[in-house]
Amino acid sequence: MDVTNYVILAAILFSIGAVGVLVRRNAIVMFMSIELMLNAANLAFVAFAQANGTFDGQVVAFFVMVVAAAEVVIGLAIIMAIFRTRKTASIDEANLLRA
Amino acid sequence: MSITFAICATLSVTGALGMLLSKRAVHSALFVALTMINLAVLYLQLSAPFLGMVQIIVYTGAVMMLFLFVLMIVGVDSSDSLTETLKGQRVTAIAVAVALGLLLTTSIGSAVIATDTQLDTVLAGGNVQAIANLMFSKYVLALEVTAALLVTAAVGAMVLAHRERITPKLSQREQQKARFADYALTGKHPGPLPSSGVYARHNAVDTPALLPDGSVSTISVPAPLQARGSVRDINEEDAQQIVDLTQGNTVIEGGQDGRN
Repeated sequence: MDVTNYVILAAILFSIGAVGVLVRRNAIVMFMSIELMLNAANLAFVAFAQANGTFDGQVVAFFVMVVAAAEVVIGLAIIMAIFRTRKTASIDEANLLRA
Repeated sequence: MSITFAICATLSVTGALGMLLSKRAVHSALFVALTMINLAVLYLQLSAPFLGMVQIIVYTGAVMMLFLFVLMIVGVDSSDSLTETLKGQRVTAIAVAVALGLLLTTSIGSAVIATDTQLDTVLAGGNVQAIANLMFSKYVLALEVTAALLVTAAVGAMVLAHRERITPKLSQREQQKARFADYALTGKHPGPLPSSGVYARHNAVDTPALLPDGSVSTISVPAPLQARGSVRDINEEDAQQIVDLTQGNTVIEGGQDGRN
C-alpha cells in the first residue's frame, strides 16, 4: 500500500477545497470547503502515521477533528447571527464594517 | 494501489467536485457527506478504525447535519449569486488553486517516502488503546487545551445564538385584551380559526371546511398550503347536500331499524 497515493489524494481534495473557499459566495458552502480542506489534512496525517509506524499522526488527526467541530459550531452561529440582521447568507452582503 | 483506494478516491473527489459545482447549498452538503464517508473508509484501510468511526459519527453524523439544520433555517433555496464582486477574481482563484494542486501533487509524487515501517496495532494492544496511551501521556497538554476550546466554543455558540428579549412577555390576560381590542376595531374574530374540513372522502388539512350555508371557509386551511396552491377542491354535490340539509329541503330518514 503506497502512502504517496493517499497524500496525492489529500492534495487534490485540499486544492478543491481551496477553490471552493475562493470562488463560492455562500458562507455555508465556504464553511463546507474549509471542512473539506481540514479533512484532506487529516487524510495526510493518517497516511503518514501509517507510513511512519507511529500513532502520533492519528492522535493529531483526532485533535484536528475536535477543533473542526468547534469551528463549525462557532462559524454557523456567526452565520445565523448575520442572517438574522441581514436576511442573507451571502458574504458579499456582509459589509457592515465597511463605511 | 488497491481497489478500495481506487473506488473511495474516485468517489471522494467526485463528492468534492460536486460540492464545488452544485449551485444549491443543500446539494453541496450532501456531496460533502459523500466525501466524508469515503474518507472514513480510507481511514479504516489505513489501519485507523477509531478515526474512521469518529469520522462517520462526528462529520457525517453531527457536523453535516448541523450544516443541514442551518440550511433549513437560512433557506433551502439559497443559492450563490453569480455576479463577481471583484473583477477577475473567479478566474484568478481557479488558476491559483490549480497551480497549488499541481505543485503539491508533483512535489509529493517526486518525493521518496520511506515505507519500511508498519503500524503494529497488535503490539500496542489495539488501535484505541494506542491512541489513548499517546493522548493521555505525550499529548495530555493538547488534550486539556482542546477541552478548554470546546467549553469556550459551547459558551460562544450560546452567546451568539442568544437573543435578548426587548419587550416584556405578554401575559394571557394582555393577549386576550389585545385580541378583543382588535375585534372592536376591525371585527377580526377573537376565537381560534375554524378547523379544516372532515368528510367521508378526506379529513386532511388541505380540505377547507364548509360553513353552515354551504360556502367554503377560506381561513380554515393553513396559509402556507394556500400559498402553495394545494387546497383541495370541494365536491359540489357534498356542498349542495349541506345546503339542502340546512335549508330543510331534504329530511334525513329515521334509523333503518325503525327505532327512531
